[in-house]
Amino acid sequence: MDALLLQILNGLDKGSAYALIALGLTLIFGTLGVVNFAHGALFMIGAFCSVTLNKILNLSTVTLDATQKDFLGNPLKVKTPYVESWFGEAAGQSIIDWSVPLAIIFAIPVMLAIGVIMERGLIKHFYKRPHADQILVTFGLAIVLQEVVKAFFGANPIQTPAPDALDGVMDLGGAIGLQLSYPVWRITYFFFAMAVIGGVFAFLRFTTFGMVVRAGMADRETVGLLGINIDKKFTIMFGIAAAVAGLAGVMYTPINPPNYHWGMDFLVLSFVVVVVGGMGSLPGAVLAGFLLGILESFASTTWATTTIPGINQIIIYLVAIIILLVRPRGLMGRAGVMEE
Amino acid sequence: MLNLNQRDTGTFLFVIIITVLAPFVMNPFPTESAMAQFNAGYPDLMQRFVIFGIFAIGFNILFGLTGYLSFGHAAFLGVGSYAAVWMFKLLSYNIIPALVLSVIIAGIFSLFIGFLCLRRSGIYFSILTLAFAQMSFAIAYSVLSNPKFNLTNGETGLQVYADDIQLFKVENLTTPHLFGVKMNSTYELTLGAWDFQFNVGYYVSAVVMILMFYVSIRIFRSPFGLMLRAVKTNQTRLNYTGLNTRPYTLAAFVISGMYAGLAGGLLASMDPLAGAERMQWTASGEVVLMTILGGAGTLLGPVLGAGFIKYFENILSKINDNVLHAWFQYLPEWLENSLVWVLHWFTGKGWHLTLGLLFMIIVIFLPGGLMDGANRIREAIRGRKAKKNAKTPAE
Repeated sequence: MDALLLQILNGLDKGSAYALIALGLTLIFGTLGVVNFAHGALFMIGAFCSVTLNKILNLSTVTLDATQKDFLGNPLKVKTPYVESWFGEAAGQSIIDWSVPLAIIFAIPVMLAIGVIMERGLIKHFYKRPHADQILVTFGLAIVLQEVVKAFFGANPIQTPAPDALDGVMDLGGAIGLQLSYPVWRITYFFFAMAVIGGVFAFLRFTTFGMVVRAGMADRETVGLLGINIDKKFTIMFGIAAAVAGLAGVMYTPINPPNYHWGMDFLVLSFVVVVVGGMGSLPGAVLAGFLLGILESFASTTWATTTIPGINQIIIYLVAIIILLVRPRGLMGRAGVMEE
Repeated sequence: MLNLNQRDTGTFLFVIIITVLAPFVMNPFPTESAMAQFNAGYPDLMQRFVIFGIFAIGFNILFGLTGYLSFGHAAFLGVGSYAAVWMFKLLSYNIIPALVLSVIIAGIFSLFIGFLCLRRSGIYFSILTLAFAQMSFAIAYSVLSNPKFNLTNGETGLQVYADDIQLFKVENLTTPHLFGVKMNSTYELTLGAWDFQFNVGYYVSAVVMILMFYVSIRIFRSPFGLMLRAVKTNQTRLNYTGLNTRPYTLAAFVISGMYAGLAGGLLASMDPLAGAERMQWTASGEVVLMTILGGAGTLLGPVLGAGFIKYFENILSKINDNVLHAWFQYLPEWLENSLVWVLHWFTGKGWHLTLGLLFMIIVIFLPGGLMDGANRIREAIRGRKAKKNAKTPAE
């Protein structure tokens, strides 16, 4: 029982990341009808927003302290980050400590801007072209974005620690009499993902803007004929989808140090998630994200890997292939949407 | 000639002449000159030109004719390589059984994958092939390299060891050979300031590529090829006429898979080492890129694209900051430094960035690839109205 629960929990954090990326992909596909191979790169850029903010906060003035000596006997160089000299030592240190959550505020406008620029500058011109062209141009864009990040940040993973308060291990099972200790940050990530997903759904459900967007997803032409500038709304949705992917990346950095080829790694899996959930279905994308995440974590148990070696590496693809062949529209896809 | 019409004969002869004379054509600069780093006439690179040419020709039979965009063709290349190295390990270093087996295994493998994937089309087909390729990569990388059943040797890559069986072992032949002629033997010819290299491996691969190019011309001009084009143009209509298109697309898929397997076998014959990274999806993306860059659906395009990309991969990645400084040393220092600073991002380690940009530019502005660009230039020179030919597909 403990082991079962633990595996489900283990699957939740990866599942949250899959769900968030797949949600963005589905939003873009549902609104604009574009297959975005650069979506993984947006996730990666989000992660590097967090790295950038961390670096900015750590910018420091260097002073020589004559009272202390380093091991060579020279006066010790003392680095004081600017934030510490501005806000006082304690406040400054806690700002640096909380850099990852703070990066959310930093990443939202950046990612929105990147999304809108991408849509207006490039993808707009590809609506009328075949899907193959859309795949190819966004694939090229993904390479470019990845290489630009590599040129600035180098090829090695960069450690970005979580705040101390959220960094430890928590005992979850105490209340129900089980032994379950689990990293706090991963639980935070799960709740954060749920909040973002809930936010997106609420936005689409309960605002006028969201209503128009949903109407546009159902029948773009009629909405346009009613005198609504649907293109503009869809552009903003692209920005929101980029921001969702970016936020997923920001919060994922303490779990796994970000790397320039994260985008490609997650992209393939999130496409699989979208297809399993059903192309164009938002709840399907979220559901499939969590399902596949949990499935992957079950396949990584020692029992599974000793029975079938390497099953954890292939389980997701295997499931995707079976689903696509048995139920082509995916778990929650509507009949007739992109079935061919 | 050879049942080809006049125009195809011209293309075919052009390819033959270029590949045979490649050691001269690719080596236009004297060895000691500053431009020598632009020379591509060394065996390793020339071999890759023709081998990836074969890969791209095969991919073009699927993508160019039927329009099915596969993102998993590298899997067949990798399978071909593994099959070839296994033949080296079990039989001998002769490349003939290795190539034969790599084509057969890749054919069977692509029949299986094609049978499943071709039930869907469009994006679903792309994603299915991608999923299969990633799965094959994971299987080759970790699943089949456990100590109990080691088929791929995991991260190290599969290679021939001294204690392997090698039933028909020949003494003194410890590298791949064709009935005793070693693949890595090179004849060097010095003419004045030029050094030309004639490599056995290159010529073997080149002969194979010429044969494969001929087969692809025949497929393009056959009723079968016409049927594949019909699938690309309007599959629904074909279905309504009561015709089952799946056997045709499956045949195209298997043929292109066999081409990929052959390319993989040749890669292993030039350097008897097969690694899983050959199957990764970035490798699949590369062959898509070659085909698009050259011009999908054209005969010559994929070969050109493969050569173009492999050339830039090698040449651009060799240009480092010192080379750049040497080039611009005659300019004023501030200009030299700023030029080097700008170019630094695009050359050396940054050549992937150039590749990505090039790819985007081609897809955005020249969807027909280099061949389409060449045609447009030709039309412009002749002064004909481009409008008249704009609608016909590039040949």
